[in-house]
Amino acid sequence: MAIDPTRIPRYEHGSRVPGWDDAVDLTKEPAVVPDPATTPVPAELRAEIEQHMSRYPDFRSAAIPALHAAQRLHGWCSPTAIEQVACVMRLTPGYLTAVATFYDMFETTPKGRVDVYVCTNISCSLRGADRIYAAMLDAAGTDPDFHVKSFECLGACDIAPMASVDGEYVGPLEEADCARIVEDVKAGRPVLESKQLRHMKVAGSEE
Amino acid sequence: MKQLFYDNLDQPGLNTLAVYRRDRGGYEMLAKALDMDPADVLHELQASGLRGRGGAGFAMGTKASFLPKGDMDKYVVCNADESEPGTFKDRELMQKNPHLLIEGICIAAHAVGANKAFIFIRGEYQLQADILEAAVDEAKAANLTGKLDLWVHRGAGAYICGEETALLDALEGKRGNPRLKPPFPAVQGLYRGPTLINNVETLMNAPIILRMGGGEYAKIGTERSTGTKVVSVSGCVQRPGNYEVPLGVPSREILYGLAGGPPEGRAIKFWFPGGSSSPVLPGTDEYLDLPYDFESMAKAGSMLGSAAIIVVDDSVPVMDVALKTAKFYRHESCGKCTPCREGTNWTEKMLMRMESGEATPMDLDIMASVCEQIIGNCLCVLGDSMAMPIGSMIKHFREEFEAHIEAARERNGLGMVA
Repeated sequence: MAIDPTRIPRYEHGSRVPGWDDAVDLTKEPAVVPDPATTPVPAELRAEIEQHMSRYPDFRSAAIPALHAAQRLHGWCSPTAIEQVACVMRLTPGYLTAVATFYDMFETTPKGRVDVYVCTNISCSLRGADRIYAAMLDAAGTDPDFHVKSFECLGACDIAPMASVDGEYVGPLEEADCARIVEDVKAGRPVLESKQLRHMKVAGSEE
Repeated sequence: MKQLFYDNLDQPGLNTLAVYRRDRGGYEMLAKALDMDPADVLHELQASGLRGRGGAGFAMGTKASFLPKGDMDKYVVCNADESEPGTFKDRELMQKNPHLLIEGICIAAHAVGANKAFIFIRGEYQLQADILEAAVDEAKAANLTGKLDLWVHRGAGAYICGEETALLDALEGKRGNPRLKPPFPAVQGLYRGPTLINNVETLMNAPIILRMGGGEYAKIGTERSTGTKVVSVSGCVQRPGNYEVPLGVPSREILYGLAGGPPEGRAIKFWFPGGSSSPVLPGTDEYLDLPYDFESMAKAGSMLGSAAIIVVDDSVPVMDVALKTAKFYRHESCGKCTPCREGTNWTEKMLMRMESGEATPMDLDIMASVCEQIIGNCLCVLGDSMAMPIGSMIKHFREEFEAHIEAARERNGLGMVA
């Protein structure tokens, strides 16, 4: 019996499975190590990267901490951010782009200022993480300040379902909490303070 | 029950040097170790029988003894990239008792003659990394780390970096791709130098072993699985959390006694004994009565892994868990080895076919054969880590998969397969 193609869920790019990477433009010249004379780097960023470089026997070890610093400053690993790191570390932007695209915490496309990672791995999804993720997307709506991302296990299955809001772990979440998270962030308050992991006692102890 | 880590772990201020020294005899064991010959420290660690707490369960003392003697630059790397789904023990230990880890690292560094050490912590653990950094600064200011140059290095989110050689690549500032072994890190690791790489909980055991004596420590637990183990229990249980138990307690005691068992009116369908990489075990008495230690879990066809128990109750279709598992490993495969890169990708695709109703029961056999061909054919065990649980789910719940496939076909108007 023939399969009705309209009944098969597909991703935007037409495939039934999520894809890997975007295609590479093979006609472009490879970028070289940026020239310090023509690449202005903010003094603070330069100092932070150089400090990281001094800690390791091989300066390249500072690539990840340097990209963290640049992403914090620029909001994402933009071509400018990558170029500045490359300039200080004397590496090619290509090398750093390869590193940045490997790790989940680096974004090579523009993103909102506040990272909301919702864990949707096994333990959290057994406790309704997929609903929380949908509610979080709803709550953040089209607000450009928020970068909501479903994340692999964040290592806090004891408070499942949970999320990390700019590094602050909160859980166990209910759908109504998602709106609270958005409100708290906007008001500059600590996020869902009563549900923060930092205050949790060990399991089995009296509250 | 004997508790080495969780005894009053919530004590306020335990993360500060002052309280750690005053109430826990902090850094006394480091002083004792520094007075001992490195070979004697190594001997104590070997006598304890301590096995790695990260997943592989390799004897820690033996691993340390593989490092060559001599004056070359040697490294200790603490693997704090806890990313195995279901595992969250290191997070709590580091957050609440960071100095115990630092003391353990210093002792291990003395035992192997290392002069530089790094704590590679996953980037998502920002609170824990801040706490560790503050603790390292305190220890350095009090001149406790001596000649050892110790730094906290934050990762940036990649499951594969928990694999030791991928972690070393990440620490060297590259994409986290595993390396061909041998050479093992003990001989050629970080910056091509001899490297001891151990999990957080393993290193935290070092000061405890020195205090008790290796022989005395070995009396806890079973003969070949010594010591206590922090077990992370999560999923469909009433009291998820970290529980410290001596190795060898009945699994039932952890799942039901400590974690409270499944929610009211539900039964355990199956459970992962050691993180999402471990083959699942059904929730029957035969398996629940097994002692929770390295040997018994291996004998039952699974593994202790990182000791993260994920419980799945009978309200959850096995297909959902299989799809989540496959999706995770497909996303986290670094792409270096073909069997893993393609195998995880195709396994997810086949599971999605089963969901969408395009699959036939034959696809189950194809999927099982894809999984079989991943195992043992890659540089690291990430692919195996998907293949083994998926394979075990097919083995234990084949009928449910088949029924699921049939139901999806009918929903899709494709009818039954004769």
